[in-house]
Amino acid sequence: MNETLKYVYEVDGSDFMSAGVASADVKKNLKMLGFSGDLIKKVSIAMYEGEINMVIHANGGIATVEVSDDCVSIVLADKGPGIEDIELAMSEGYSTAPDRIRALGFGAGMGLPNMKKYCDEFKIETELGVGTTVYMKVYNS
Amino acid sequence: MISNEALATSLGLEIFNKGEEKNVECGYCGDLLSWVMGKAESGCAWMTVMNNVNVAAVAVLRDVACIVLVEGVKPDENLLSRAQIEDIALYGSSEDSYTLSVKIDKLLKSGI
Repeated sequence: MNETLKYVYEVDGSDFMSAGVASADVKKNLKMLGFSGDLIKKVSIAMYEGEINMVIHANGGIATVEVSDDCVSIVLADKGPGIEDIELAMSEGYSTAPDRIRALGFGAGMGLPNMKKYCDEFKIETELGVGTTVYMKVYNS
Repeated sequence: MISNEALATSLGLEIFNKGEEKNVECGYCGDLLSWVMGKAESGCAWMTVMNNVNVAAVAVLRDVACIVLVEGVKPDENLLSRAQIEDIALYGSSEDSYTLSVKIDKLLKSGI
């Protein structure tokens, strides 16, 4: 594989039941392309957490995944409320998820920390009232 | 290491969905999905009281060997249906995670 493959997913913010579908599809594609289990694990976790975050906090968004031989790049863009304090949001255990979301098993405050932990490159751009874009890269080592 | 099916038989687990046969290498207990997502080992028997469809998503992405709903919890309709579609082994037990973990540990150590 020399060319870059691009997958674009619309993450439906109103459908909590389908959250994880995009991540599962990316996982399937990476497996088919013959990537290592370690890379697939990292991408799956980072992308799933991002997908869930977009559903919980931002009423959905767009996930763009680009796959090349040496790198998987994920961009998650939403038009949600933005993150007020990124440093606080990045700390393990901190969550602003509402009770109905916690009742489903989310809101452990591990989403963003998990994303950062499993990526080689991680960057957040956010503006209150405008939205948040998360850029992640996982290298094929 | 034993198969998920052998584990279910040995422990008398209720089988909600048979799923793909996989080897059970270890166990993991947890109900906070992001926590499980970040920390569970692939190939584990995952014990939880969570019974919604997101459990299936985490199970697929983490490659767990089987999901065991503990303390008599039954899967909701969406979880059962997703487990069937994704071919995930989904079991149930009336026992709690601790009791079941001890039994799973014994089974794994005996290698039956």
